[in-house]
Amino acid sequence: MEQAAPDPERLWQPAPLEPLSHPDAGLESMVGEETKGARDEGPGDGTMTENNFSLKKIEISVSEAEKRTGRNAMNMQETYTAYLIETRSVEHNDGQSVLTDSLWRRYSEFELLRNYLLVYYPHIVVPPLPEKRAEFVWHKLSADNMDPDFVERRRIGLENFLLRVASHPILCRDKIFYLFLTQEGNWKETVNETGFQLKADSRLKALNATFRVKNPDKRFIELKHYSDELQSVISHLLRVRARVADRLYGVYKVHGNYGRVFSEWSAIEKEMGDGLQSAGHHMDVYASSIDDILEDEEHYADQLKEYLFYAEALRAVCRKHELMQYDLEMAAQDLASKKQQCEELATGTVRTFSLKGMTTKLFGQETPEQREARIKMLEEQIKEGEQQLKSKNLEGREFVRNAWADIERFKEQKNHDLKEALISYAVMQISMCKKTRLGVQMLSSCM
Amino acid sequence: MEGECRASQARSWGLPAGGAGGDSPGGDAPLPGSISSSSLLQAEVLDLDEDEDDLEVFSKDASLMDMNSFSPLMPTSPLSMINQVKFEDEPDLKDLFITVDEPESHVTTIETFITYRIITKTSRGEFDSSEFEVRRRYQDFLWLKEKLEEAHPTLIIPPLPEKFIVKGMVERFNDDFIETRRKALHKFLNRIADHPTLTFNEDFKIFLTAQASEFSSHKKQGPGLLSRMGQSVRAVALSMRGVKSRPEEFMEMNNFIEIFSQKINLIDKISQRIYKEEREYLDEMKEYGPIHILWSASEEDLADTLKSVASCIDKCCKATEKRMSGFSEALLPVVHEYVLYSEMLMLTEEIGKLEDKVECANNALKADWERWKQNMQNDIKSAFTNMAEENILYYEQCLATWESFLTSQTDLHLEEASEDKL
Repeated sequence: MEQAAPDPERLWQPAPLEPLSHPDAGLESMVGEETKGARDEGPGDGTMTENNFSLKKIEISVSEAEKRTGRNAMNMQETYTAYLIETRSVEHNDGQSVLTDSLWRRYSEFELLRNYLLVYYPHIVVPPLPEKRAEFVWHKLSADNMDPDFVERRRIGLENFLLRVASHPILCRDKIFYLFLTQEGNWKETVNETGFQLKADSRLKALNATFRVKNPDKRFIELKHYSDELQSVISHLLRVRARVADRLYGVYKVHGNYGRVFSEWSAIEKEMGDGLQSAGHHMDVYASSIDDILEDEEHYADQLKEYLFYAEALRAVCRKHELMQYDLEMAAQDLASKKQQCEELATGTVRTFSLKGMTTKLFGQETPEQREARIKMLEEQIKEGEQQLKSKNLEGREFVRNAWADIERFKEQKNHDLKEALISYAVMQISMCKKTRLGVQMLSSCM
Repeated sequence: MEGECRASQARSWGLPAGGAGGDSPGGDAPLPGSISSSSLLQAEVLDLDEDEDDLEVFSKDASLMDMNSFSPLMPTSPLSMINQVKFEDEPDLKDLFITVDEPESHVTTIETFITYRIITKTSRGEFDSSEFEVRRRYQDFLWLKEKLEEAHPTLIIPPLPEKFIVKGMVERFNDDFIETRRKALHKFLNRIADHPTLTFNEDFKIFLTAQASEFSSHKKQGPGLLSRMGQSVRAVALSMRGVKSRPEEFMEMNNFIEIFSQKINLIDKISQRIYKEEREYLDEMKEYGPIHILWSASEEDLADTLKSVASCIDKCCKATEKRMSGFSEALLPVVHEYVLYSEMLMLTEEIGKLEDKVECANNALKADWERWKQNMQNDIKSAFTNMAEENILYYEQCLATWESFLTSQTDLHLEEASEDKL
C-alpha cells in the first residue's frame, strides 16, 4: 500500500511490513502484554484485554440518565445530565452475564475520551458521538438539551458510541477506554496525564487551513471528496426529512378537528348521529397516530446522523494524512536545500542564494577554518535531517497502510449499516401504511 | 301561485304540469305531446314498480289533476313521498341530462366575461328537441336563480357559487377559480333538474334551450304579480321570528339549521386547511426522493438501494397527488355547496302578515325540507366515504411499493449470500 506518486525526495528502501494493529509506540506503557486472539466484532459486545491477558466477552450499556446539579470550573451552579454505564462480562459457558462495573459519566467526559482517541489513533476513523445540540428538528421536537426525549435519544447514541469503540479491532484494546468503563474517580486526571492535548496538533484545529501538498495521495483526495459529499447529502436529506415530518404532522393533526365537529354535529342528527360519533372518534385516533409514527422515524434519522458525523471522522483522517505529507515535503525540501548549501561550500560554487554567502562575497572570504566549521555543522544537520526524513517516511507509509485498512473496514461497516437503515425505513413505512389503512377502514365502515 | 302546491308532484308520471306554472302569465300546459311521453315514462315505471297500488294513485286520482284546486294536498301523503324518493334514487329514470363545460373568454369594449357551454339532452316531450347547446354567463345563472326564488318561495333553491372572488385570489379569471365555478354551476343546474318541482320550471327550460337573442328578450320581461306575492310568502315561510303560530317543526328546523350551519362551515374550513397542508407535504416529498438519487451518485454498493428508495418515494408522491385530486373533486365542492345552502337557509326576512297563506307554504316547505335533509345526509356521507376510499387506496398503493422494495432487497441479499458461498 504505497503512495501513488513516487516521492523524488525519498531515498530509502521501503521498510519491512509491520503488523496492522500495532498501536502508536507511545502507548506501549498503557497496554499490557497482548494476546492476539480472536476478536469479536459484533455490535452488541466487544472483546477487551486487560493487563492479565484474559480475553473476555463484555456487554456495555448506557442504561440510565439522571439530572444532576453541581458546581462547574468557575464555581457556578450548573445542571447537567449524567449517564450510567454498566459493563457486564459474559461467561462463555452459560451465557450468563455478571455486572462487573458501573459508573456515571457526563457528556463532556465522553468528549474527552473521543478527543484522546483522535490524537492517539490518527489513522483510525473514530466513531462519532451523538450531537451535542439538537439539530434538524421539526417543530414539535424540542431543541432543548434537557428535554426528556432528547436525553433519551442521546443515551442511546452514547451507548452506540461505546459499542462501536468496543467492537473496533484496535480501539477496543485501549487502556484509557478500559479505564473509562471501570475507573470512576480520577479518570480525567489519568487521561490528561497522557499529555495528549499537547500532542494534538494545533494546526489541525485551524478550520480553514490549507496545506499545499505537492504530491497529494490521490486516494486520500478522493476519500476527502467523498466525505464532503456524504456530509452534504446526508445534511440535505435530514433537513428535508424534518420538513416532511412537520407537514405530515400538520395533515394528521388537522384531521383531529373533524373529530370534534362530528361529535358536536351528532347531537342534532337522529339517523346519522351514531355514525357521526363513531366517525369522530376514528378521526381522533387517526390524528393521534402520527406521534408514534414520527417517533419511529426519529430513530431512523439518528442512524443517518451517525454517518453524517462519521463523515467528519473520515475527513479528519484525510487531513491528518495531508498534514503528515506536508511535513514530509517540508522536511525533504529543507534537507535538499541544506545539501545544496553544503555542496556549494565544498566546491566553492554558489548556486543558491544565502545571506552568509552574500555577506562573504561582499565583505571578504571567510577563512578555511570557518568554512570547514560551517560544512561540518551542515553535515551534522544533514545527517539529522536524513534520519528525520527516514522516520517520517516510515511513519507516513505506516500511517497510510493502517489508515487504509481501517478505511476499508469502515466502508464495509457503512454499507452494511446504511443498507439496514434504508430497509428499516421501508419496514416503518409498511407498518405505518397498514396501521393507518386499518384505521381508515374502520372509519369508513361506521359512516 | 296555483302552480305551487301541485308543483312538486308534477314530476311524477307525466301529469300535464305546465312546467310548474306561475312564473309566466298564463303558463301554458303542454298537452297532447306530453301525454305520449308520459305514458312512456309510466311504462318504464311499470316495469320497476312492484306495487301496483301506486300506479293507481297517480293515474286515477282526480284531485291531483285538478289545476284549479288550491288544496294543500301536496306530497305529504306517504305514498307520494316514497315515490319521489324512489324516483330520485333510480338514475335510469332521469330524463334530463345537463353538462356545463368549455369556459370561454369574451372580450367586448365594455367588459370581459366568461361564458360556459351548457348541453342538455332530454327525452321529455315539452322540449322541442332532444339535444340543446347554449352559452350562458354567470349573470344568466343569477337571473335563473332569482326567477326560481320568485316562483317557488317555499322551496329550497340550490345555491350558486360565490359572485365575487374569494379572498386571496389574484385575478378574476384565474384557471382554478374558473374550474371551481364551472363545477359548481354544473351542480347547480343538475340540482334543479333533480328537484321534483323545479325541474319543470319554465324559466329553467328557457335557460337551457333558448338561443342568445330569444333568451335576452325573455329576460327583459319583468317579474309577474304572482311573484311579488310569492316573495312575501317566502319571507313568512323562511322567517323563524315572523310566524305567529310557530309550529314546533319550524323550531326544530331552525335549530337544526343554526347548528348545521356552524358545523358545515367548520368542516369547510377544516377541509380547506387539510388540502393546504397536503399540498405543502407533497411539495416537500417531491424534494425528498431526488436527494437519494444524488447520494447514489457517490456510492457504489449502496447505489442500487438508494435508487430503489428514491423510486418508491416518487411512486408514493404520485399516489398522494391522486388522493389529493380525489379529495378536491369529491369532498371540497360538496362541503362548500352545503355552506352556501346553509347561508341561504339562515336568512331571516321581513315579518310577513299573510298568515292565511302560511298553511300551504308550511307543507310545501316542509316536504322540500325533508327532501333536502335527506339529500344532505347522503351527500355528506358519500363525500366522506369517498374520501376514506381514496385514502385506503393510497395506503394500499404505498404498501405495495414498499413491500416490493423489501422483497427486492431480500432477494438481492440471498443472491449475494449464495454467491459468497460459491
